[in-house]
Amino acid sequence: MLRDITIGQHFPGDSIVHRTDPRLKLVLVLAYIILLFTSSNPLGLTLSVLLLGVLYRISRIPLKLILKSLKPIFPIVVFTGVLNLFFIVGEGDPLFRFWIFRIYKDGVVYAIQIAVRVMALIAGTSLLTYTTSPIVLTDAIERLLKPFARLGLPVHELAMMMTIALRFIPLLIEETDKIMNAQKARGAQIDSGNLKQRVTALIPVLIPLFISAFRRADELAMAMECRCYRGGDGRTRLKVLHFAGHDWLALAFCAVCFGIIFCTRFIMPGW
Amino acid sequence: MAAIIKTEHLTHVYGEGMPDATTALDDINIEIEEGEFVGVIGSTGSGKSTLITHFNGILKPTSGKVYVDSRDIWADPGKIREFRFLVGLVFQYPEYQLFEETVAKDIAFGPRNMGLDEAEIAHRVEVAAQFCGLPAEFMERSPFELSGGQKRRVAIAGVLAMQPRILVLDEPAAGLDPEGRDTILSQIKRFHKETGTTVVLVSHSMEDIAKYADRVLVMDQRKVAMFDTTAHVFAQAPRLLELGLSVPQITQIFLRLREMGLDIDTDVYTMPYAVNKILERAREKGVL
Repeated sequence: MLRDITIGQHFPGDSIVHRTDPRLKLVLVLAYIILLFTSSNPLGLTLSVLLLGVLYRISRIPLKLILKSLKPIFPIVVFTGVLNLFFIVGEGDPLFRFWIFRIYKDGVVYAIQIAVRVMALIAGTSLLTYTTSPIVLTDAIERLLKPFARLGLPVHELAMMMTIALRFIPLLIEETDKIMNAQKARGAQIDSGNLKQRVTALIPVLIPLFISAFRRADELAMAMECRCYRGGDGRTRLKVLHFAGHDWLALAFCAVCFGIIFCTRFIMPGW
Repeated sequence: MAAIIKTEHLTHVYGEGMPDATTALDDINIEIEEGEFVGVIGSTGSGKSTLITHFNGILKPTSGKVYVDSRDIWADPGKIREFRFLVGLVFQYPEYQLFEETVAKDIAFGPRNMGLDEAEIAHRVEVAAQFCGLPAEFMERSPFELSGGQKRRVAIAGVLAMQPRILVLDEPAAGLDPEGRDTILSQIKRFHKETGTTVVLVSHSMEDIAKYADRVLVMDQRKVAMFDTTAHVFAQAPRLLELGLSVPQITQIFLRLREMGLDIDTDVYTMPYAVNKILERAREKGVL
């Protein structure tokens, strides 16, 4: 069913990873991604994955969820892995030879490296979205982008748009469900038929959906005006982000770990 | 006469197998006869809407069976569309399902899905529009130009045009002004009388149910609390109040009169009947 779709994939909890300031988490995730690409030697990657494992453990997110977040990118990982396997021409004799295919040791290593890197990247960003609710995350993005407001970037407006969009997703899913049922009750065949039939069957769903989305947008705009919304200037917040003691601790911990991982570059040069 | 709709141990669980699974219907066994006008009442969340969306197979029972015209509707899931045409279901706020360029085309959507020929479709659209009191000059207008009450009637006409044997309506009068309510409900009643279609009407208004229904199904806590003739159901005012429902105002007056010591029947639920009752009593006492 449509209502089973979850977006934002937030996994509520009360661990230190959940409670850490979202701005810090956002910055740390960015740093982690950079780290994955600057220290992609075997030791560095192992340590990066290990660190991620520890963080997942602390945040008490079930293993099943991590696998779920990796599932969609699995075909890409396999595809790039296979390409690397066959197309990298390394030094020395090939490990394997069949017709025009040759597999070199470098190819195998590189394929594994890419696969681990991509999966760590996805798992790392998923940790952020699992432990941070979308609304809080938007808030963090707004705060982090604030300096750019001076350059004329409509930071508050962008953040508000994101928040509204996130809020509307479940509403629109519910609405779609209702409209689909109403049209099915009039004999519309939404889940059967060939491609052309299915596309035309969507029209009776999409038109009412668009109309209702516009109507809701109108109503929301009116409701915001009624509560004197006039943009971000001088607007105060209900929940002010505080950089607390445990945030410093988290920052220090990650800084040390990232530092160690970065230094593996110098231990294993040439990667 | 065989029941046109029959449920056997019908149970529905939303999100079965999930940690947040909730039972919406619990072991429902009811029979609705052909040609009846059945009112469905119950407080919010009692399972009314879930129950009626089982009648045409929009929802599939978690367990139990639904029979329409003595056939198990889920015997062959591939043929479920047949039952959608047999049981016309009008959802809450049906005006949000309108999508065509003209009123006529929108009303024709159901009949066209049935695969009827153009002449038959045109005829059905005309008949349905007439039942819903839609004037001919509306037919070529866009449904989005109409008022709320008019849109609602177009949507109902869209279901009537399928000429279902059973018409199920989920609060067709919600959010309309008193005049709009009366218009829509009396049109439904007229449709019921003239075509002999079985009607199932869900409503929060006791007055409406009292005025139109032959029998009343009372839902409470996902179960059937009562299913009896309108007079019998509204005679049980204390029980209805217990369920968070009420009785029509006129019944309340009679209950109060009885409380005040007047020897009077309390199975009164419509105004004309009440007037007759009072006149009768007055004659007996020789006042008139």
